[in-house]
Amino acid sequence: MIWETYLLAQRAIRRNALRSTLTVLGIVIGVAAVITMVTLGSGATAQVTSDIAKLGSNMLQVRVGQGFHRGGGARGAATPFRMADVQAIEQQIHGLQGVAPVSSSGMQAIYGNANWSTTITGSNADFLVVRDWPMARGRIFTESEMRAGQAVCVLGATVQRRLFGDEDPLGATIRLGKIAFRVIGVLGAKGQSSFGTDQDDFVLIPLRTLQRRVAGNTNVGSIMVSAMDGVPTEAVQTDIERLLRERRNIAAAQEDDFHVRDMKEIIDTLTGTTRVLTALLGAVAAVSLLVGGIGIMNIMLVSVTERTREIGTRLAIGALERQVLLQFLVEAVVLACFGGVIGIALGLGAAALAAHLLAIPFIFNPGIVSAAFLFSALVGVVFGYFPARQAARLDPIEALRYE
Amino acid sequence: MGTLIQLEQVTKVYGRGHAAVNALDRIDLTIERGEFVAVMGHSGSGKSTCMNILGCLDTPSSGTYRFGGVDVGALSRDQRALLRRHYLGFVFQGFNLLNRTSAIENVELPLIYRGIPIRRRREQAAAALAAVGLSGWEQHTPGELSGGQQQRVAIARAIVTDPDVLLADEPTGNLDTARSREIMSLITRFNQERGLTVIMVTHEADMAAYARRRVDFLDGRIVTAAEGPGAMAKGPQKAPTT
Repeated sequence: MIWETYLLAQRAIRRNALRSTLTVLGIVIGVAAVITMVTLGSGATAQVTSDIAKLGSNMLQVRVGQGFHRGGGARGAATPFRMADVQAIEQQIHGLQGVAPVSSSGMQAIYGNANWSTTITGSNADFLVVRDWPMARGRIFTESEMRAGQAVCVLGATVQRRLFGDEDPLGATIRLGKIAFRVIGVLGAKGQSSFGTDQDDFVLIPLRTLQRRVAGNTNVGSIMVSAMDGVPTEAVQTDIERLLRERRNIAAAQEDDFHVRDMKEIIDTLTGTTRVLTALLGAVAAVSLLVGGIGIMNIMLVSVTERTREIGTRLAIGALERQVLLQFLVEAVVLACFGGVIGIALGLGAAALAAHLLAIPFIFNPGIVSAAFLFSALVGVVFGYFPARQAARLDPIEALRYE
Repeated sequence: MGTLIQLEQVTKVYGRGHAAVNALDRIDLTIERGEFVAVMGHSGSGKSTCMNILGCLDTPSSGTYRFGGVDVGALSRDQRALLRRHYLGFVFQGFNLLNRTSAIENVELPLIYRGIPIRRRREQAAAALAAVGLSGWEQHTPGELSGGQQQRVAIARAIVTDPDVLLADEPTGNLDTARSREIMSLITRFNQERGLTVIMVTHEADMAAYARRRVDFLDGRIVTAAEGPGAMAKGPQKAPTT
């Protein structure tokens, strides 16, 4: 019976092909919009996540001052870290892959006529381990170069390109401010970060060199730590917090004057934003689905009026009230589902195209596709019910006489 | 064989209080199986109301209508629909075919509601179309058929379920004389060959002449229930029923 009803409905829809198409346009657009928004949203989220994962997903960052979500006000007042803190972490915290102290300073890099304003980062060889950063050419500084604070540097890909172009930088001497540095290596390119900054625009030098010759102090700006695979970053985080509270003599009641930041925290913050945006856009698109539903109801009502005589005939030849109801309901649902399918196809197509243009991954989300389909069917049921009931309740005598 | 339709003191009132109109006023009418009855009368005479009640589309305000012994007034809307589905066939003045739907699909419609599987449905519908002389026109839509052909399709739709009664409401009202005669001889043939009981509303005496009995309505009452001349009908007095 349901198959017969479906056939009847399909026949009725085909009898009015143009109008049926226009009717479902609302649903088509609504579904397409939802699918496009949500697909692009998950693509953007995946993009952000993978960008941050490039920073090293098991990485922790220890900074002086309070966490950025607590206002981060007291950074200037707090005592900076020293190398002794770094060594304490290296020696006393278990399960670490690398510990890299980092201090930075903005500076001009000069080679011949080329001149590039960049950032000088002082660190150690563990910097590459912690940031999971490959060398493109040459080598990183040795233990003795670091201890001696020698004037050697490793160039970020951007700096290398700006100063040297196609020329071979290895062994060349560049000037950072007033000091001459020998180039011993070039880092691999990482590209833009999800914050939109160029990650390759810096020069890496031994921390001690930076402290002595550039900054003129013994401060360590921040400490980057990476846990070994399988070691939970949460455990490392609490261990470091305990150790540093002890070393910095923070009383039990006092708040930390430093902050250990988990990369997951950053991922959550950033993807949280895209998720909220996706949900919002999806909701706006869902409203258009609702409007599409009203369109279906409108046309179904017109159709019931227009087909009054047909309904009268059906009732006269023995159709039950519920069969007429079912027929019109199925018609609305078939229409809506038809619109849903077209909308899904269009939406996926648009999302694939947009993902390609925006250079974000296209992520097929079967959940949202089936949800959109079910929702359009639901729209058909909800908005088809009222017109269908109108049809079923017609008085056959009146309906047969209707002109 | 025997009484098929029996109206006893049937009254139909429309409206209430002072505005109340007795569309039918204590009608008695008995129709036997195999009869061919023409119902005549001016508009407003009550003939349409009577047809609606006979067709189980409406129920009497008072009095009883028995169809095959069943009190129709006591049936629910759905039960009356089932009664129509199994025992009645309708032919209308305006044909009432589904637009842009092939002749065979139109004829199939009552069979769909009967739940008959598609292959048997096709066969029966094709047979019904053949019986009205429309073999070869199965795939034509009403728009591609003449008025006479459309009415034939409508008759095929009415008889495809092999009903007991054919209720025809001005079946020739939209047709010219030649077409009207064709339709009438078709209906007469079904009456004679199949023993199909026919009740036909008409206001044309020529058409009423095909019937073996005439019922005239005036102001909600039956004024004559005379035996018609039965000019073209020379079939058996009581046709066998199926």
